[in-house]
Amino acid sequence: MSLMHYWRAMWGIIGRELWRFITQRERFISALVRPLVWLFVFAAGFRAALGLAITPPYETYILYEVYITPGLIGMIQLFNGMQSSLSMVYDREMGSMRILMVCPLPRWFLLLSKLLAGTGVSILQVYVFLIIAWFYDIRAPLEGYALILPALVLSGLMLGALGLLLSTFIKQLENFAGVMNFVIFPLFFMSTALYPLWKMKESSVLLSKLAEYNPFSQAVEMIRFALYGQFDQHAFFYTLGAFILFMAAAILGYNPSKGMMVKKGGPN
Amino acid sequence: MQYHSLKWLLALSLISTAHAENVFVTLEKDNALAIVDPIEGKLLKTVLVGQRPRGIALSPDNKHLYIATSDDNTIKVFDANSFKELGKLPSGKDPETFALNPAGDKMYVSNEDDSLVTVIDIKNKKVLKQIKVGVEPEGITVSPDNQWLISVSETTNMVHWIDTKTNTIVANTLVDSRPRAASFTADSQQLWVTSEMAGTLLIIDSQSKQIIKTINFDVPGITNDKIQPVGVIIDKDRNKGYVALGPANRVAVINAKTYEVEKVLLVGQRVWNLAFSPDQKRLYTTNGTSNDISLIDLESQTVTKSVGVGNYPWGVVAKP
Repeated sequence: MSLMHYWRAMWGIIGRELWRFITQRERFISALVRPLVWLFVFAAGFRAALGLAITPPYETYILYEVYITPGLIGMIQLFNGMQSSLSMVYDREMGSMRILMVCPLPRWFLLLSKLLAGTGVSILQVYVFLIIAWFYDIRAPLEGYALILPALVLSGLMLGALGLLLSTFIKQLENFAGVMNFVIFPLFFMSTALYPLWKMKESSVLLSKLAEYNPFSQAVEMIRFALYGQFDQHAFFYTLGAFILFMAAAILGYNPSKGMMVKKGGPN
Repeated sequence: MQYHSLKWLLALSLISTAHAENVFVTLEKDNALAIVDPIEGKLLKTVLVGQRPRGIALSPDNKHLYIATSDDNTIKVFDANSFKELGKLPSGKDPETFALNPAGDKMYVSNEDDSLVTVIDIKNKKVLKQIKVGVEPEGITVSPDNQWLISVSETTNMVHWIDTKTNTIVANTLVDSRPRAASFTADSQQLWVTSEMAGTLLIIDSQSKQIIKTINFDVPGITNDKIQPVGVIIDKDRNKGYVALGPANRVAVINAKTYEVEKVLLVGQRVWNLAFSPDQKRLYTTNGTSNDISLIDLESQTVTKSVGVGNYPWGVVAKP
């Protein structure tokens, strides 16, 4: 196998995902509407709730909208990761997965390409969201918009790998609602996306601990610091570790001889 | 060649240290003065100055620093570089706010409890006159053209126009309830007065002494009773004015031509007093209950940093 093959296969997968994304305008709009509703409606109600203590990376008092923005970026990537896992299940049901899997390239590479494709789509969504937020007067230092890119790649990969891992457990498309209730909501609400840790600690130490160990929190914090031109080492390594773990498990899960599909009696 | 570049570097570094701007903040509860580097956004040091320091001003030549130490019933004079106490001025009882004339040889002090304005000859440290004004005088300012001394009475709800030549009240303007602070535009044509209880900013024409505009504030998510304007300041070109909104924790940016409130900026809690940097590129706010000052970049109209300074920051002034 030459590098050219790898390259062609990767672009094939990414191109398909991007094409899907561009042609499904509703998906693009709905992916944007979700965080925007949170920003314009939910955050507006909590405007005065925050602003009592200054915590890094912020150097002054901020409105709740400003605090919640990195959390909503994480939300975009979280839903996107889950969406791509949903599309994996769909692909499996429609048979296109089989075509992909018989491609004479390592499975890990195909899965990684799939992941990169999903991450690319989520990054597009994030930047459009950030542009809208800019006009809503939520502005970060200019360099933050460039520095956030590597953070978005890593967090997108981590959340995508989580989605990929979940997709090995889901047998049918109908079971996806369970993912919503048992994965997305707890991950999102038990994180620093909506409230800072110190605020959570005031009401429940357990909750703040759970939020601290939640990989989604760490991804959000990594994005938050990057947006303000700072590097959060702890969050970076935590997110990287979570990505490696989820990815390894997903590759294992997709192994036809050992994976989840075998245990579950194969796809329908 | 190398020697020359070294010399230049040395000269440059000397210039830059000589031009290092400092922000002085009185700390009402710490009985101290905080010295802040606004460029680095760092508290450099605090110096004990006297009991309950509030009002603060620099002499026009930036050599002397005047601080009203209210509970010592005096205004102390410090060297603005070494912070050594140089003397005391006979301010009368419980001085809180005061103003200097443009030449810097006269000081006017509000004596809240006695309803007086004390006129002091700074050089001779002598009281020249005590002017009877309305109940609880608070805000005090001198017009840049040195024609008017303004004293604002909190309880009488009145702005007193005092002729600086005769030190007598020549006119009064009735204003909204609990006026707190007053500030002239650089051309002395307008006087801006804040009313704490009414939550308004009044623009008064210096010629007619009539209110020409009343500005109300509206902060999304903040109830009206929290909007209590105090400190007010207008830039030298009369493009923008800034008002500290007290417990609303905001500074309002006002277009000084259209009188529109263009923006409200989130700062620390109970923001009271404001000061420009000498080049008027930055604005500094004292945030009383959050114990910090906020630094505002005026070009981008954003709050860049809030720096913890000590307990109850009250007055603020910047030295080039």
